[in-house]
Amino acid sequence: MSLAMARPDEAARSAAVRRFALADGLFRGLTRAAALLVLVILGGVVVSLVEGSWQALSTFGLGFLATETWNPVTEKFGALAPIYGTLVTAAIAMVIAVPLGIGIAIFLTELCPRPLRRPIGIAVELLAGIPSIIYGIWGLFVFAPFLQRHIQPAIIAATKGIPGLGQLFAGPPYGIGMLTAALILAIMVLPFIASITRDVFETVPAMLKESAFGIGCTTWEVISKVVLPYTRVGVVGGVMLGLGRALGETMAVTFVIGNAHRIAPSLFAPGTTISATIANEFTEAVGDVYTSSLIALGLVLFVITFIVLAAARSMLLRLERRAGG
Amino acid sequence: MSFFNRGGLMAALAGALALSAGSVAHAADISGAGATFPYPIYAKWADAYKKETGNGLNYQSIGSGGGIKQIKAKTVTFGASDMPLKPEELKEAGLTQFPTVMGGVVPVVNLEGIAPGQITLDGPTLAKIFLGEITSWDDAAIKALNPDVKLPSDAIAVVHRSDGSGTTFIYSNYLAQVSPDWKAKVGTNTSLEWPTGIGAKGNEGVAANVAQTAGSIGYVEYAYAKQNKLTFIKLVNAEGEAVEPTAEAFQAAAGGVDWTKAEDFYVILTNEPGAKSWPIAGATFILVYKKPDDAAATGEALKFFDWAYKNGDAMATDLAYVPLPDDLVTLIEASWAKNVLGADGKPVLAAK
Repeated sequence: MSLAMARPDEAARSAAVRRFALADGLFRGLTRAAALLVLVILGGVVVSLVEGSWQALSTFGLGFLATETWNPVTEKFGALAPIYGTLVTAAIAMVIAVPLGIGIAIFLTELCPRPLRRPIGIAVELLAGIPSIIYGIWGLFVFAPFLQRHIQPAIIAATKGIPGLGQLFAGPPYGIGMLTAALILAIMVLPFIASITRDVFETVPAMLKESAFGIGCTTWEVISKVVLPYTRVGVVGGVMLGLGRALGETMAVTFVIGNAHRIAPSLFAPGTTISATIANEFTEAVGDVYTSSLIALGLVLFVITFIVLAAARSMLLRLERRAGG
Repeated sequence: MSFFNRGGLMAALAGALALSAGSVAHAADISGAGATFPYPIYAKWADAYKKETGNGLNYQSIGSGGGIKQIKAKTVTFGASDMPLKPEELKEAGLTQFPTVMGGVVPVVNLEGIAPGQITLDGPTLAKIFLGEITSWDDAAIKALNPDVKLPSDAIAVVHRSDGSGTTFIYSNYLAQVSPDWKAKVGTNTSLEWPTGIGAKGNEGVAANVAQTAGSIGYVEYAYAKQNKLTFIKLVNAEGEAVEPTAEAFQAAAGGVDWTKAEDFYVILTNEPGAKSWPIAGATFILVYKKPDDAAATGEALKFFDWAYKNGDAMATDLAYVPLPDDLVTLIEASWAKNVLGADGKPVLAAK
């Protein structure tokens, strides 16, 4: 190999390397810019929320979070009732939707006869695609009157006088209220949880399941000892996506929750959520403190969502550590 | 998120109105925004006006508060509000206001076997119901007013507006006049801290909730009650007479007012004297700048309302609004000539 022969070869090679390095650098820069853009937007949202809510927070202080009063006449605002409504409706929705959603996913992947799998799976996904306003209208015109006429009077009569339950299901049966909103939310988040969980269940290698069956495990044991541990990250992800939707859902909730700034012990009583309050009152909020209080509500929702996501992350980390150890 | 929703909603409303007026974007379109209460009649007037003159109206019914905000931000030529602004506030912003049509707020109920107008309530009882102090339909106070009606023992479900609204302003203004308790505990505003009940968005939301919640009572603008065939009630007015909500009763309420004495037409027609007066009536208002930046556009807007005063009465009556009396219109047009001036100091609406 002579040097004279190698040189032009080398030059072409280093030119090519430089070209690739340039393209790579450009690509790296672009992707980094995209990632940074997300941070910039997030920061911008936080800054504008804090700025917008500053007047309310400086007027009411931390009491804003602990006061139930929401009085546009005297301009005294507190966020406790919407915070309570948001957390309670989302919690009830998850209590109903998580077991149901995982149940649907287990049935579809493990137990369902083959010809039924596709139609049921597609139906669940269609449910996820229905716009929330449709759920709201259906909730108001069909679901709420049904609850008012057939379900609520029976529950009120059955629980009357029982300590605890009696207060939890105290009348009058309005039809719309906290529980109705929670049920609508459960129906709305169910398809998210079901379809994501089904997708991750399908990633479990057949060999793992077959081995488990081979050593004599029952279907229940396979699902609880093999499928669920293998897919827990995905399942928690699906549940969190559902919870995010339940916390932030606006239109459907506004239709059926009753929009009352009160905290009542009864689940049948009307309440409100943060997003429903903002949607209802923003257009007509006259006065700076009023507008600022609504933006402060938005900030509170932002923080709640952030805490929920952070808690989910740390739960996943702990699960992983335990599984690893 | 709410910003986007709001923008989308406004765009949709604007689009709907543009379509209903059968227009494509037109250079001479008059732009306005505000109260939902007069939206049906403005849309109808706009349709007829467009056919006659070719000029369209782009009116976004985003609510009175939104209308006031938009006119102060100068994004529209006129704002519309069901709540008249106080003269001081008008002066500060350089605005002037005038009424366009009147209407009434009507309490509506949903009780099995009860026909429209069959139940009578008076102001203090109505206030107590909305304060949550009377909770059942067979309460002694309601029985005393309706000795001949078989009242059910149903719980009362109060339905109110969840969004800020001029309808709420007129209604709470009435309750504050007839009930000291209401005045002290709740007050008068476009949105309130309601002591009881469920909130629904818009007149149509309240109408829908009342229509399908047994034992409910709500309040809506008269046209919505009429269109949805809701069960209205009779009210005992300031003279102690039980009256039904009719156009005549609204007109009677306006009849007793001396508008020449009212600065900037600041009048709320609640609990007015007169044996035939419906006690919860109100006018809806238009806000324009006294010295508009775009005098030509404001002139076009005034021309539209001038046309509506002259030709729109029958259309208003059709939709259960009450046209203004002629002498009031004369006062309004005199105030335009005096107050709404262009840069050259001449009235923006040229006298004919």
